[in-house]
Amino acid sequence: MDTSEYPLELPADDRPMVRFLNVNKNYGSFPVIHQLNFDVAEGEMVTIIGPSGSGKTTVLRILMTLESISSGVIYVDGKPLTHMVKGGILVPADEHHLRKMRSSIGMCFQHFNLFPHMTALQNCMEGPVQVLGLTKKEARERSEELLTLVGMIDKKDQHPSRLSGGQQQRVAIARALAMRPKVMLFDEVTSALDPEVIGEVTNVIRKLVAEHNLTMLMVTHQMGFARDISDRVCFFYGGKIEEEGSPQDLFGNAQRERTKQFLSAVKEAR
Amino acid sequence: MPIWDFLRTYSPALAAGTLTTCIEFLMATAIAVVVAVAMGLAKLSGRWLIRVPAIVYIEIFRGTSLLVQLYWIFFVLPLFGITLPKSIAGFLSVGLNCGAYGAELVRGAIEAVPRGQWEAATAISLSPGVRMRRIILPQALSVMLPPWGNLLVELLKGTALVALISVSDLMFEVKQINAMTYLSAQAFGTALVIYYLLARFLITPFMRWLEHVASRRLGKV
Amino acid sequence: MTPDWRWDFALEILPRLLRATGNTLTAAAAGYAIALILGLVLALAQRTKWHSITLVVRECVEFIRSTPLVLQVFFVFYVAPQFGINLSPWTSGLAAIGLHYSAYLSEVYRSGIDAVPRGQWEACRALNLPLRRTYLRIILPQALIPAVPGMGNYLVGIFKDTPILSVIGVAELMQMANTVGSENYRFLEPFTLVGIIFLFISLPAAGLVKLLERRLRLAMGL
Repeated sequence: MDTSEYPLELPADDRPMVRFLNVNKNYGSFPVIHQLNFDVAEGEMVTIIGPSGSGKTTVLRILMTLESISSGVIYVDGKPLTHMVKGGILVPADEHHLRKMRSSIGMCFQHFNLFPHMTALQNCMEGPVQVLGLTKKEARERSEELLTLVGMIDKKDQHPSRLSGGQQQRVAIARALAMRPKVMLFDEVTSALDPEVIGEVTNVIRKLVAEHNLTMLMVTHQMGFARDISDRVCFFYGGKIEEEGSPQDLFGNAQRERTKQFLSAVKEAR
Repeated sequence: MPIWDFLRTYSPALAAGTLTTCIEFLMATAIAVVVAVAMGLAKLSGRWLIRVPAIVYIEIFRGTSLLVQLYWIFFVLPLFGITLPKSIAGFLSVGLNCGAYGAELVRGAIEAVPRGQWEAATAISLSPGVRMRRIILPQALSVMLPPWGNLLVELLKGTALVALISVSDLMFEVKQINAMTYLSAQAFGTALVIYYLLARFLITPFMRWLEHVASRRLGKV
Repeated sequence: MTPDWRWDFALEILPRLLRATGNTLTAAAAGYAIALILGLVLALAQRTKWHSITLVVRECVEFIRSTPLVLQVFFVFYVAPQFGINLSPWTSGLAAIGLHYSAYLSEVYRSGIDAVPRGQWEACRALNLPLRRTYLRIILPQALIPAVPGMGNYLVGIFKDTPILSVIGVAELMQMANTVGSENYRFLEPFTLVGIIFLFISLPAAGLVKLLERRLRLAMGL
């Protein structure tokens, strides 16, 4: 891929927290993400909705460097994520560069993925101690602070197998936050939860939006929740952004046909 | 000669032999574990240069007989300038052999750890080494413990072969007793019972205990 | 320091080694045949309704599986004559190997039979099938197909254990290599050739077992 037309770094006056430039991702010959150009401003809360297979989860996974892209460049806080600067040009990033950039991004998964052999507190401390180089004491203080934030401080010495789904997901959020990321990704974090505990998790996210200036990107099926807290909603279809706008605009007055079809199908399901 | 008299007369030799067997077993186990983890991890490596030697090692040691390997290490290696004392040659062969089987157990257990764990570790930026050491291997441990229990019993049985290069283990002692006294039933029978006791009442309960500890660490108890 | 490998010597002894390999393969096949039949007997014996028989057989199987084959070979070879049963090295070796592996195979049979769903037994009972037909036509066919890979691996295992018979003088491959080596005071070529011959047989055999397993899994729709 010829990277010469991409900047080595984003200029100071045009520096969104996240920028996708002409990003394509193919599985074999099948295009999952198609010529995606997409910005997320600092402190913005963007929700991505869309049918399955539309590429929305893939967007998050690419940003978390769990998967690679086929072409294009992604920038985080002005610096290239998927590429690195070598000899004055952009070349595909090596593992070392990816690991450096990864710390700026945190992710919470649909199936929580807590480490089963560690307590809630140890789960949160792992990253800060092993990667950020904090002392155990510092990591513990930070983790306890975050566990208090998500309301799980009294269960800090429990193993994940003793916690309900909602509790595990809250610990997972604390674990991600412990790395002090610049961008937080939420991949269908309530889809695997029983309905009565979904509120626990969405309330934590509400708190984060209200009290912190984190940049957040969320994939969800909880339309009401998305409407309440998002700054912007993007409807994905076929690997592209079909339509985007403020929650009021998208949910209340969708323009495109596919968006309207999707939203009415979701309303019926509820 | 009735069995009690037999035991009373020959217990010093039997005890000494059993002690040697236990030492050979422990040394061979140590080697097997190190080899199994090293080769198991190597076989999972993305790098061809690391993966292929591991595959070759595993196939050779699993594809040939332990006795052949033992004789080769003891009789042929000296021709290459490496002369090992027989007790070391003994537990080395058994350890290298069982390590090859163990490598497959390690590899299978690591692959059994759910993908989500790898991804979560990546999401908090853990380096591959830390990720393997602190997240994946501890979880792989409880998957691999039951088959390792069987492997260790096989390892114990394997140590009996070192008697064939004249290491004075239990097997060697009873062969001597048999050669001197022709009390074959008593001699070999006693040895069989001792091996059985070691396997069933020492190794197996110990492994069960390890399995219990491992699942407790996963908070499952 | 590497010793010199003498190709002429290697080629000279190769025919004798290959002939002995024939003996080895025969021993392995014969031992396996014994184990197949005896193993089934042991497995069925653990399913009788007489609890005491089940327990005794179970402990015996555990005993055989947990003790070294080489020791069992010596036991059979030396103790049998003392009870008036005169066995050649060949026969006692086969008996010991057959017995040892029957214990392993009985476990394979047992888990195969246990895996057959309860409903199959109940259907046979409902059709009033006699026990023999139940086993032969309904249960065993279903039990054995998933057991084939395990059984294949033990066949390869028996082949690799035949060198143990050399300790009682059975004229198989390892014994021949020992003989040839002692005759000529050179062990490098004989032992290395033995290793290579083993690899040549056991690696393809193991590959075939894996292939068979994959084929069976596809055929059973798994």
